[in-house]
Amino acid sequence: MPTINDILVLLPEFYLVAAACLLLLMDAFIKPEQRGTLHWCSIVVLLVAIYLVIAGQPDVTVTAFGNMFIRDPASEIIKVFVLLCTVLVFIFSRPYLIDRKRFVGEFYTLMIFAVIGVMLMVSAGNLVMIYLGLEMLTLSSYALVALNRDSPLSSEAAIKYFVLGALTSGMLLYGMSMVYGAAGTLDLAQLHEAIAQGTVSRLMVFGLIFMLVGIAFELGAAPFHMWIPDVYQGASTPVTTFIASVSKLAAFGLAWRLLDTGLAGLSNYWQPMLAVISVLSMGIGNLVALVQTNIKRMLAYSTIAHMGFLLMGITNATPGGYASAMFYAICYALMSTVAFGVVLAMARAGFECEEISDLKGLNERSPWFAGMMAISMFSLAGVPPLFGFYAKYLVLQAAINAGYLWLAICGIVMAIIGLWYYLHVIKVMYFDQPEEGGATVSASDSSLRVVLSLNGLALLALGVYWGPLLGWCRRSLGLS
Amino acid sequence: MIDPNFFQLICFYAFGAITVGAAIAVISLRNTVHAVLSLVLTFFSTACIWMLAEAEFLAVALIVVYVGAVMVLFLFVVMMLDIDQVKIREGFVRFLPVGLVVAVVMLVEMLALIGVRAMHAQTLGVNPATVAGQSNTAWLGTALYTHYLLPFEVAALILTVGVVAAVALTLRQRSGSKRQMAAEQVAVDPRARVRLVKMDAVRPPVAEPPAASEEPKA
Repeated sequence: MPTINDILVLLPEFYLVAAACLLLLMDAFIKPEQRGTLHWCSIVVLLVAIYLVIAGQPDVTVTAFGNMFIRDPASEIIKVFVLLCTVLVFIFSRPYLIDRKRFVGEFYTLMIFAVIGVMLMVSAGNLVMIYLGLEMLTLSSYALVALNRDSPLSSEAAIKYFVLGALTSGMLLYGMSMVYGAAGTLDLAQLHEAIAQGTVSRLMVFGLIFMLVGIAFELGAAPFHMWIPDVYQGASTPVTTFIASVSKLAAFGLAWRLLDTGLAGLSNYWQPMLAVISVLSMGIGNLVALVQTNIKRMLAYSTIAHMGFLLMGITNATPGGYASAMFYAICYALMSTVAFGVVLAMARAGFECEEISDLKGLNERSPWFAGMMAISMFSLAGVPPLFGFYAKYLVLQAAINAGYLWLAICGIVMAIIGLWYYLHVIKVMYFDQPEEGGATVSASDSSLRVVLSLNGLALLALGVYWGPLLGWCRRSLGLS
Repeated sequence: MIDPNFFQLICFYAFGAITVGAAIAVISLRNTVHAVLSLVLTFFSTACIWMLAEAEFLAVALIVVYVGAVMVLFLFVVMMLDIDQVKIREGFVRFLPVGLVVAVVMLVEMLALIGVRAMHAQTLGVNPATVAGQSNTAWLGTALYTHYLLPFEVAALILTVGVVAAVALTLRQRSGSKRQMAAEQVAVDPRARVRLVKMDAVRPPVAEPPAASEEPKA
């Protein structure tokens, strides 16, 4: 039977559920012109959740509800950054939503529900909980993409996302049921035990393949990447920012939970599969991004490429490899919030920053935000003094340590190819003549300006002073 | 006399084959009503497999909820999509053969199940309810509210998210729709609609405009 201790372990999650329901009620009762209150309340709710997660951080692994929920240091890090990225998304989207008269309460509550799904998923101790957490995240995401009802592009993206998502969620579930059939348990710890005792049947490997499809789809890794460009382009930019940052951290959490906590004993089987997925993602992502003219689509293909790099860390299949992949996921989430944040800041009533050419001459009008975009692009490309460089270095090292030298070489070649399209954005911003009524950061929202600047400078600071964050990631996975 | 356990095994594979076949029919048949009928058969055969595994409560719930309620709703929606009344009447005859086939297959499945039970075949694997000495429903309830409490609650939360998402996506003002705004109707101020003008009962004598007399001269 569940006791009060079980509930205390889940305190951040329970608190967020209660807060989300209260925000939902609040939205129903406040006047439309007072929605600003809802915005600030949502941010406070998330900040308190970050505090609860950090304050209750256990030194050892704690389980609750009969091993359904695992609270361990590594899942805590993912939760903290998921909550942090959601705060960033809320702050960056407010002027955009107000300009387009889409400043609605559901935007906030659905995102908080998605975050609850992520928190439950990364802490899941049972295949059922993993599946339910993932469903909660994806269900909220489908609705968020479709929220912009008047745009046919959004509806198209939502339908594509929904159909493909439902298909892959079915595949994941099929894989889970096969593994359940082979091992006779849904519990991740017992599954780990069963595999360690040598009950690896063909049925289990068959199930593993389907589960990898689910993981690759969530990450957006090739060849399961088809939804990424359409959803990134079709969804309104705030939702794209959310999917690019929070969903990717969540996907790393899913991969780590399933492959490390549950199926670590099958690593001989999944390592080569992930290596192939990784190389395909880097290739397709970087090569197709070269020819994109739409900035959201270009960043979508860049996501696919980055997920290839992230998989390199997971392919290592040791705590060190997971630490480097976690570091990479955090790094990617923070870089993408800056890139999309500048796009959001540039958009204004009647002007959507969609094409790369919309950025023409940004440096002349708003040099500071052109600088932020440049930092983000250099960081995404992996240029040395920035955050992205060290993260790339770590995953390449993890791949070499795992004996995948060819994978690391492919990664380096692809990173060099990728440099071209990131530099193209910088060339457009700094060396092209600005057009009439073109690029400028017009948002007068001071919170956006301050937080976006801090986020951009964080990329610079973490690029030089990465030690504490990396140490936190390594300690959480049991390394010194 | 056939061996009961062998008969049960045959039934299991037969039900499985019908489930998969009907599921393939759902996605390959072009006629929507036929597809829905195949889906009914899929659910029913799945329920039969669960019945074989002695999960009676789940099997009955599947039939009551999905076949009884959800699928009938589906059928209504699919049939109502075509509003032409004559076509609907034609439809009843046209869909009769497929409906009959589905019904006959269901009947055969039920008879087979009764046969398996009557022969007292061994169970497929260990039944946790029997081990615990409880009825199937009581065991399921105990498991759901103790060991699986957290997933159960999370599933409820997912349904809440579904409701929020459905309302957010459908409740919106479309331009050109002629709907009533009850709040605005109640809150209306009479003075905004009718202006009362105070008038004397007797018309005051109107002074002859001087222009009228001058007009003919002009």
